[in-house]
Amino acid sequence: MSQKVFAPWEDATEKPLIQFKGVTKKFGDFVAIDNLSLDIYQKEFFALLGPSGCGKTTMMRMLAGFEAPTHGTILLAGQDIAPVPPNKRAVNMMFQSYALFPHLSVWDNIAFGLRREGQDKDAIAARVEEMLRLTRLSKFAKRKPHQISGGQRQRVALARSLAKAPKLLLLDEPLGALDAKLRQDTQFELMDIQEKTGTTFVIVTHDQEEAMTVASRVAVMDEGRVIQVATPSVIYEAPETVYVADFIGDVNIIQGRASQDADKVRIDWAEGQPPIIGTTQKTFSPSQTCHFAIRPEKVAISTEQPEAPNVLQGRVIDIAYLGNLSTYHVELPDGTMMKAQTANTRRLSRRDITWEDNVWLSFTDTAGVLLER
Amino acid sequence: MNLRRFALIAVPYIWLLALFLVPFLIVLKISLSDIALARPPYMPQLDLSAGWEGITSFFAALDFENFVFLTTDDLYWRAYLSSLQIAALSTFITLCIGYPIAYGMARAPLEWRATLLMLVILPFWTSFLIRVYAWMGILSNEGLLNQFLMWTGLISAPLTILNTNTAVYIGIVYTYLPFMILPIYAALEKMDESLLEAAEDLGCSRIQAFWLVTIPLSRNGIIAGCFLVFIPAIGEFVIPSLLGGSGTLMIGKVLWEEFFSNRDWPVASAVAIILLLILIIPIILFQRNEQKAREAEG
Repeated sequence: MSQKVFAPWEDATEKPLIQFKGVTKKFGDFVAIDNLSLDIYQKEFFALLGPSGCGKTTMMRMLAGFEAPTHGTILLAGQDIAPVPPNKRAVNMMFQSYALFPHLSVWDNIAFGLRREGQDKDAIAARVEEMLRLTRLSKFAKRKPHQISGGQRQRVALARSLAKAPKLLLLDEPLGALDAKLRQDTQFELMDIQEKTGTTFVIVTHDQEEAMTVASRVAVMDEGRVIQVATPSVIYEAPETVYVADFIGDVNIIQGRASQDADKVRIDWAEGQPPIIGTTQKTFSPSQTCHFAIRPEKVAISTEQPEAPNVLQGRVIDIAYLGNLSTYHVELPDGTMMKAQTANTRRLSRRDITWEDNVWLSFTDTAGVLLER
Repeated sequence: MNLRRFALIAVPYIWLLALFLVPFLIVLKISLSDIALARPPYMPQLDLSAGWEGITSFFAALDFENFVFLTTDDLYWRAYLSSLQIAALSTFITLCIGYPIAYGMARAPLEWRATLLMLVILPFWTSFLIRVYAWMGILSNEGLLNQFLMWTGLISAPLTILNTNTAVYIGIVYTYLPFMILPIYAALEKMDESLLEAAEDLGCSRIQAFWLVTIPLSRNGIIAGCFLVFIPAIGEFVIPSLLGGSGTLMIGKVLWEEFFSNRDWPVASAVAIILLLILIIPIILFQRNEQKAREAEG
């Protein structure tokens, strides 16, 4: 039996859980969200990624009901949610500051939302215990929020927002306050819980690694607009704009003039340098300015001239040693800096490339992407 | 190191010892003495020159006569009860007025808060006595309030407010309002507003969120404010004597009359001691309760 890949966004018959339809949000003269349309599907783990001030938090607050769109509509399961106040929405939010009630114990914090629904005591107790088990907090049920660690508080916040079994869970920079190691563990825990509960998660983050790790799809945002929505691998391997390529991960961008021959494009990027050969599905008019984006790990570095469609010569200026990887900053004859990354499969002492060495950079004609802007 | 810590703690304690405990013991002693036509107007006096015998006869002469006397005249317990009632009701009114003000201040734009705080403290820049006198001018039959109400046509004959309990309530609420506002403001200002959003997100209406989150989180401010108003209000003397009438019975006034009109220092001291007990016992019980709650939390 072949396993079905989770990709409801490719299925035309699938109905989105959330639809943004031409949503604009203005604060005075400032446009926070600019005519934005977006579909999010059931059971997705959807990430809104962008620099601070790009409008991602505003989008989340509109979903939670704390802000109303200036124009346009937001549909949740096909219904306009504009007239529904936050306390009546089947949407729960995990706040960036966690917003745990300091005067209530962990148990009471988790039970808070359930009590408002007027469920009977036994049902509430059972649900709270279930949430405590899910987030491994059973031992801390009696404690107050100030008596537990940051990671535990984060889990309480998650348990509290999941307790009411919302259709949609919003996570506002949920891991921002945790240190790097705990963050990684928690990312996997989040994915695990998302899978177990089958809840649709929308996460807001400015951390691209976090978005890539947890999300089924990522929306890269800038200045109130969605630049690209795609799976993490497409965002990384096939960015649509220089902005997306540059925002996610490390990238070399080379600007030049294109001359196309079928799917192959020749890019003249500097006087006296061999042109770069790339592959594309797009059409470039002759001499059109284009950007060639290539990830450092797709650029090979060697001391001997290799056989490859693209070979460039340069000099090593800097080496960034990251333990598992090394990034070489290579200066090309015209002054352009290019980064090449290799895995350090050998011990440091056996490395044969060092500062000031003349090296060859090479990559295939399909390694990079051609971008119009 | 220990010496330094000790010295640091010693300063306030010596201060309290000298200015609270010693006077308190003197008052306690006077309350156990008998009235005398002498200077000072009570006896016995401690005569150290008579040696041990002097001390024993001094202690032998002390008794609880004055406290027993307080129970025989219903003026005193009625004064205590009426003071308690006036203080409790004015504390409640002050809370009802002060809480919304503090809430508004804490939710005001940041650049406004310092100004608003200043405005609350501003009345302290003039003498308390002058401000109470000003209320006499406002509340009297020909006062500003009556003139205004008659001008608007709401009333045809002036209201009698001055020299009634109403004037006393107005005076106490006005005077002690800042003491209620400031601690509540301090508690509310610290509160994270995302807590209210979280409460709403979890299904509370705005009003529910207020009762379930805002009130519990400002509880300490409310308690502090109530103590700061209730304690001075119960022994208040200036406001009832200036704004209250002959029917206003408050223990501060009784105390003053015993002391200055009757020159009965021992009975006046006994009145003061009882007042102190009325105030201290509930506070001690309350604090013990708080302590227990904190210990239970771990």
